[in-house]
Amino acid sequence: MVVTGLGTVNPIGLGVDDTWKQARAGVSGVGPITLFDTTEFTTKIAGEVRGLDLDSYLPRRDYRRMDRSAQFFWVATAQAMADAGLAYTEDDPAADRAGVLIGSGIGGITTTQAEMDVLRERGPGRVSPLAITKIISNMGAGLVSIDFHLFGPNSCTVTACAASANAIGDATEIIKRDDADVMVAGGTEAGICEFALAGFSNAKAVSTRNDDPQGASRPFDRHRDGFVMGEGAAVLILEEYEHAKGRGAEVYAEVLGYGMSSDGYHITLPRPGGAGAAKAMQRSLDNAGLAAADIDYINAHGTSTVANDVTETQAIKTVFGDAARSVPISSTKSMTGHLLGGAGAIESLMCLLAIRDEVVPPTINYTTPDPECDLDYVPNEAREVTVRRAMTNSFGFGGHNVALIFGSV
Amino acid sequence: MDRAEIESKLVDLLVDELGLERDSITPEARFEEDLDVDSLGVVELLMALEDNFDVKIPDEEAETISTVSQAVDVVAAKVNA
Repeated sequence: MVVTGLGTVNPIGLGVDDTWKQARAGVSGVGPITLFDTTEFTTKIAGEVRGLDLDSYLPRRDYRRMDRSAQFFWVATAQAMADAGLAYTEDDPAADRAGVLIGSGIGGITTTQAEMDVLRERGPGRVSPLAITKIISNMGAGLVSIDFHLFGPNSCTVTACAASANAIGDATEIIKRDDADVMVAGGTEAGICEFALAGFSNAKAVSTRNDDPQGASRPFDRHRDGFVMGEGAAVLILEEYEHAKGRGAEVYAEVLGYGMSSDGYHITLPRPGGAGAAKAMQRSLDNAGLAAADIDYINAHGTSTVANDVTETQAIKTVFGDAARSVPISSTKSMTGHLLGGAGAIESLMCLLAIRDEVVPPTINYTTPDPECDLDYVPNEAREVTVRRAMTNSFGFGGHNVALIFGSV
Repeated sequence: MDRAEIESKLVDLLVDELGLERDSITPEARFEEDLDVDSLGVVELLMALEDNFDVKIPDEEAETISTVSQAVDVVAAKVNA
């Protein structure tokens, strides 16, 4: 099982090269929110996707019918298909063996909010006929299956901030059981709207470091005060190895392991001690047939919330034992903010590029060590490391724990 | 409001609201067959017509509209009633 194409739009880049250059340089994509007026909000910052020229990808008459989250997914898919050198025509028999699996936490929540306003202000007769198709979380997959002629499996995972890690893991299983040769897998989110920010704020989950937007997402730092909302999409082209080899495709890396567990503890808080997260990580190792010491890099979930970063650290110690002290760990959310349903996919992309270029991206804004977070978080500067195998963690509200492992071919 | 004004405003709506190419819009053009406006798009168009011309187009009447020129007729009859 290999990865042969990548695509992304996110707060630090509008493509893969762009994103990786910024990640290696330790650049933050967080700034004051421009998508709406934040006057009444306690949090006024987020990682927004800025400057995306949709017209260079598809006609306005098509993208205007999509929620922002689906637009991001469409663009990331277009990039990834081109990168993989794949294109299917309507009558191509191979199209029946190509599918798509999207992960999204909250689908078209910006559209939900807008259409609820229309309903209340103007009545049921004015709610858009496109409201439902823009809101549903799966529609990004539906749209790319139509436009890129993917007639195999077409589905969606909705496991909050673990959604796109689940999408990638489940897509590998679909190929393994021979239901497809190629899967477009990843996730998207575009939840930066009044409704979602108010909800996250009142759940005390987001940073209020409004006077220092670029320093607000500071995973594992002692002065972290919550996550920073991000938005965007990332897509991986997963391909059965012989299929990729047969067409001479360039390969980024192999998908080696996929592990899941349920925290079974609380709707938002991680289980203290990190036992749930540790189980997912251990299961991904078991699934890959690897030992913890075989992992050269961990892209942590590292949200910059007080609770996550401590329990994730504890979970890594549980699984890695002595090796926990030596494995480089970074949270690229320090730069991108938290892409929520898109997080697992953009962070898988970071792992794949770390393997390719033998460089691990940093955790930026790391200035004050937290005695409870005492591992090597690759502070502030990228580091040259030979990465043969990389793990990425994703945990979602509801207790969804997922770990994925990628390895050089 | 005369017919030409209504038609010109309708064309603007099709371009601005539905994202159609201006050059593709002729009076004889059929929404579904020629302009590739699907049933959801037709509903969007009807809502835009009602909002922009301040008229009410009941479903029975909406069903008689399949070309640009027929849409102009329906709106013209109401605006000038």
